[in-house]
Amino acid sequence: MNNNGEEEIREVIIDAKDMEYRELNEKIHEVINKNPNLKKIILKNVLGQRFIGNGIEKKDLTIEIHGVPGGDLGMFMSGPTIIVYGNTDHAPGNTMDDGTIIIHGNGGDVTGHSMRGGRIFVRDNVGYRSGIHMKEYMDKFPVLIIGGTAKDFLGEYMAGGLILVLNIDSEGNDLGKIKGKMIGTGIHGGAIYIRGDIDNSQLGVAADIKEFTEEDREKIKTYIEEFCSIFNLGDEIKKKLIESQYTKIAPISKRPFGRLYTQDLR
Amino acid sequence: MCGIIGFISKKKRPISGDKIAIALDSLKERGNGQGSGYVGYGIYPKYKDSYALHVFLNNTPDYYEIISKVKDTLEKYGKVIKDEEIPTNGEILKKEFIPWRFFYDFHSSYRDIENDLMVNMVMEINDKIDGAFVFSSGKNLGVFKASGWPMEVAEFYKLDQYKGYMWLAHARYPTNTKGWWGGAHPFNILNWSVVHNGEITSYGTNKRYVESFGYKCRMLTDTEVVAYIFDLLIRKHKLPVEYALSAIAPKFWKEIDLMEEDERKIYESIRMTYGGAVLNGPFAIIVGTHEGMVFMNGDVEKNNTMIGITDRIKLRPLVVAEKDDLVFVSSEEAAIRRICPELDKVEMPDAGMPVIVKMEK
Repeated sequence: MNNNGEEEIREVIIDAKDMEYRELNEKIHEVINKNPNLKKIILKNVLGQRFIGNGIEKKDLTIEIHGVPGGDLGMFMSGPTIIVYGNTDHAPGNTMDDGTIIIHGNGGDVTGHSMRGGRIFVRDNVGYRSGIHMKEYMDKFPVLIIGGTAKDFLGEYMAGGLILVLNIDSEGNDLGKIKGKMIGTGIHGGAIYIRGDIDNSQLGVAADIKEFTEEDREKIKTYIEEFCSIFNLGDEIKKKLIESQYTKIAPISKRPFGRLYTQDLR
Repeated sequence: MCGIIGFISKKKRPISGDKIAIALDSLKERGNGQGSGYVGYGIYPKYKDSYALHVFLNNTPDYYEIISKVKDTLEKYGKVIKDEEIPTNGEILKKEFIPWRFFYDFHSSYRDIENDLMVNMVMEINDKIDGAFVFSSGKNLGVFKASGWPMEVAEFYKLDQYKGYMWLAHARYPTNTKGWWGGAHPFNILNWSVVHNGEITSYGTNKRYVESFGYKCRMLTDTEVVAYIFDLLIRKHKLPVEYALSAIAPKFWKEIDLMEEDERKIYESIRMTYGGAVLNGPFAIIVGTHEGMVFMNGDVEKNNTMIGITDRIKLRPLVVAEKDDLVFVSSEEAAIRRICPELDKVEMPDAGMPVIVKMEK
């Protein structure tokens, strides 16, 4: 009980079975507004409901999702942690500002679409165009970490932040040669790190393979450590991941398209 | 947008139509209620060797005259063995059209050319008979579609009273053309049915191409042309299915250049011969047939097949899942799990790479 004689509710369970997405999202906002000390919302039987966690700014809140949420999970979210036990549909983390999304499964197409801050950890694979339009500004630095593989157009039109692809299965075994094509098409900021070798023919226009330095390794090390701790991967796998060879992909220049429409100007 | 889903029982188990309606209902956010539709394969076992024509008739007091005109066209080459209004629940949707069905047999002398004659008759009816649109013309299958939400259309046609071993469905969000009953998916010709999420930006080119072979596009929607392309390439030209699919979602020239000589020659020829069949623009489609087809390795499949494919740079979603004898293809995994919560396998096919599901032998 608090001073007002109200019970301090810290955890709420919502059964989302057969619930329409508007109803579910209104319910989520309602319990947040009613319970200022709320720390956790557990959503059960989620199936295809879109926009879960949209625009929520409560930093110390965790939303646990059991099932398969619909598209645009955590869109415009600024602060909370979303943990999904299942696969997600298109664009989890769309334009998210801050907070964390953890996916115990696959991310759909355009995972991390236009992220401007926060972090997404995907245990398995992501679909096409993940990290498209990611951007950074001052202290805002979005990070997308993918345990498995990414389909084509990873980091398309990327303008900032970091994408890390570990190329392992959920047990930590290597997945072999990376198939992705058109990586970093139109990239003009940020960096993509992929564990293993990438051929120049797999890159999109404006992307370039840069030297992977010890400084880079230091930068991705913290994310690898966090990934391993979230998904319970042992020290041996962690060590392997930290010590592996990565390919760094970054823009060919600061303004790869600076002369696209003005080729005749000097 | 648009939502698509299809499933097939590889053991040909009959499954009631309400299942597909429940699945499509969970994709309703991908549509806007201006078009939903279904096709069931194996739904007319009693008339399985007859053509089943589903026809929209303008809902006017003299619709009987339209029926007799359709009959006149059909009876030039055969016999209507039964015709009736497709059972509907008129309280659910306003009947802008009266859906009518004809079960039809050709005279035996036309056996060898009956498919061609049927295509011609469908084109003739859609082109020449005012107020009649054939929207389903295969054997032992039927398309059910209208303007409305997925559940409305399913209840309107009493879909739970049909059983099929393969169902495809579509929730429409009309983009470039108006929403009307004939513009709802699936699009069908003979045993080919297509549901499509995306836009065929090459529609003009494709339309001119199929019209040069006698097809007539009269449904005012881009997807219609896709059904005709499948009929032309696989039934008429007998292209192995993988090559036909590479004609609509062609390999990039860059990829072709890297191929061994024999393979390169084939894919070069396909691109050059079937330039008019290339589908440009974003698409994810599911195609159903029991027309039969030939495979690249020489295998012949006479039975039912379901195909899922996206455009080659994957501008629309597609998920494939399996459970025992069932294979599902859908825009969203959630729609599959709505009717089959536990799945053996879920995956996202690569762009432009077909998923082809055949019956168990």
